[in-house]
Amino acid sequence: MDNSEAPDNSLISVRNLTFSRGDKKIFDALSLDIERGKITAIMGPSGTGKTTLLKLIGGQLAPEQGQVIVDGLDVQQLRRKDLYDLRKRMGMLFQSGALLTDIDVYDNVAFPIREHSHLSEAMIRTLVLMKLQAVGLRGAARLMPAELSGGMARRVALARAIALDPMMIMYDEPFTGQDPISLGVLVHLIKSLNTTLGLTSIIVSHDVQETAAIADYIYVISNGKVVGRGTPESIENSESAWVQQFMKGKADGPVHFHYPANDYLDDLLLQANPALSKHKLSEISDPRPSLNTKGVKTISSRKRARSRYNRQD
Amino acid sequence: MLNFLQRLGRSTRTSFAKLGRGTLFLVCTLAGITYVLPRPGLLLKQMYSVGVLTFLIVTISGLFVGMVLGLQGFNILSDFGSEEALGIMVAASLVRELGPVVSALLFAGRAGSALTAEIGLMKATEQLSGMEMMAVDPIKRIISPRFYAGFLSMPLLAALFSTIGILGGHLVGVGLLGVDDGSYWSQMQANLDFYDDIVNGAIKSVVFGFAATWIALFEGYDAIPTSEGVSRSTTRTVVNSAFAILGLDFILTALMFGDN
Amino acid sequence: MQHTHTQDTLVGLFVASGFAGLFFLALQVSNLSSYSNNDNTYKVTARFANSGGLKIKSQVSVAGVRIGRVTAIRLDKQSYESIVEMSIESQFDNLPDDTSASIYTAGLLGEQYVNLEPGGSMDYLKDGGQIEITQAAIVLEEMIGKYLFQKAEEDKEEK
Repeated sequence: MDNSEAPDNSLISVRNLTFSRGDKKIFDALSLDIERGKITAIMGPSGTGKTTLLKLIGGQLAPEQGQVIVDGLDVQQLRRKDLYDLRKRMGMLFQSGALLTDIDVYDNVAFPIREHSHLSEAMIRTLVLMKLQAVGLRGAARLMPAELSGGMARRVALARAIALDPMMIMYDEPFTGQDPISLGVLVHLIKSLNTTLGLTSIIVSHDVQETAAIADYIYVISNGKVVGRGTPESIENSESAWVQQFMKGKADGPVHFHYPANDYLDDLLLQANPALSKHKLSEISDPRPSLNTKGVKTISSRKRARSRYNRQD
Repeated sequence: MLNFLQRLGRSTRTSFAKLGRGTLFLVCTLAGITYVLPRPGLLLKQMYSVGVLTFLIVTISGLFVGMVLGLQGFNILSDFGSEEALGIMVAASLVRELGPVVSALLFAGRAGSALTAEIGLMKATEQLSGMEMMAVDPIKRIISPRFYAGFLSMPLLAALFSTIGILGGHLVGVGLLGVDDGSYWSQMQANLDFYDDIVNGAIKSVVFGFAATWIALFEGYDAIPTSEGVSRSTTRTVVNSAFAILGLDFILTALMFGDN
Repeated sequence: MQHTHTQDTLVGLFVASGFAGLFFLALQVSNLSSYSNNDNTYKVTARFANSGGLKIKSQVSVAGVRIGRVTAIRLDKQSYESIVEMSIESQFDNLPDDTSASIYTAGLLGEQYVNLEPGGSMDYLKDGGQIEITQAAIVLEEMIGKYLFQKAEEDKEEK
């Protein structure tokens, strides 16, 4: 995938982004565009660095190569103050909610407003109650974060994310670990907030059903590259076997069910009879001379003795 | 052998890197004063959790340390027939050494470890990251108020420790063992100098407070954001603070009391 | 942010008690209360054959009442005498110029201090004045030595 297709109304453009952690390359010349006013989903298996991508967009991490352009601004080139100004226009919903645990729901939602404006407490109160009403938790204003269920915490975090009326919201795994009801609530909220507030939404997720239901456009990422892109329908009908496996949740396919491992039987036998392990394995030929038909007594290497043993069984 | 050298080299490099990060962190924290000053409420709240919650352990320990000093001092001094020097003995050891050092060690154990755990958990639960994404600098908002609170609380705690200790020594020495009340105080006043002893003791506690709070906050901020990482950082806070406090105490004592 | 009045009060109490501790240390424990302004003192010197364990800030007293402190002790290179400089509070400006100074010890093992014994002169000591009549510090070893020597002499005579 390259940057051949760059829609004019894209809010975020990621260009040739390369990022690695240690020796592991998380993104390898990744490019994608996120359109204004749409819900764009970025999907992929766990550990593909989807959260990392959001942090790169938010300027919390710096890429090795490539650019992230948000609303015409190159995030990496921004000075600290400009980056902070840009972040005021970005909302982010963390997987855990990331609510401040020492203050209650009301103060959590009021937090960004208090930090970035000089509004009177009466105004702040009105704003906070409006935001809480939007996520249906006005009644929970005086609860502490520890008293909330996971779904409620995420909704409070959502209210906080929209507190400054941002232009976009990034959702980091919004559906993970939710019961069906809160799942439904969240799906509904993300969809309705996007339309009513005119937001641009980015959902990073591996929950195929929920994401596909509300996304306008989907990128599927694997091994640091975009392996599939398109509307939910076109993605579901993708020819790529990998995308098919991911979207349908098949147990086996291009991604194997088994993590690369030694020979199964080999492992089992070692486990069942520790006496066979290590150097003792090389002595196997001795107690069972009758099996040693090919006269390979001279072989002393453990590995070869073991493979011979397997074959003979 | 080569392996050992490699490991030595690597650990040296990581410790220097950590020192560098820590210094940078300190500079940012100190610069956060511009954020803290207009918001005294933040400082107040941290003074509560850092200072007030350490108050009890410091006063109780001070009382017992003073009482033990009174008892031990009396036993030794009475051998030389100079029990009236008990006051100066108790006061000098408290004001010069035990007050600043012990209260700083208690501070590191009580408030320092709590700060590390709190910051580390905030990091682990993405609160710091979340704050950054809300365009709020977590160093200014979270770290700086805690730093200044610790830094301001420490000399007060040390003064309390010494005061209560001297009263504890009085309780045992004068109340129980019959040392003359007048000589307890007058020997103290005649021999302790305001600048040499009290001010130097206060300077010590300011330095210790600075070091202990810095270490605690940095260990929390630099923690690996898992429960294991946070617990390790908490341990490191207590150990490193103790080393820093005792090491600094030696240096400061040599500087302050070395020349006479 | 959210903070309660109890919290405010407790922090206030904590800070107040901390400062109370500092004040206590400053006033009750140290000699700050006995510090006097340099403007309100005058200096006199005295020469001693031996100033013994006298130290800077040792007490200077008359009839057991502290009226000043030792501010400097130095050696006169010519006479090998110890010159002790004292600052006396100016309210005690009526010390006769034939006052005598001696170095005493408070108790057997206590601190050494300068004791002034006012004379009968009508002229008073002024700033920069010198006390002429002095008695050196009593060195314990010397006294014991003398006593033993004397005792031995006496024993010899008796025989």
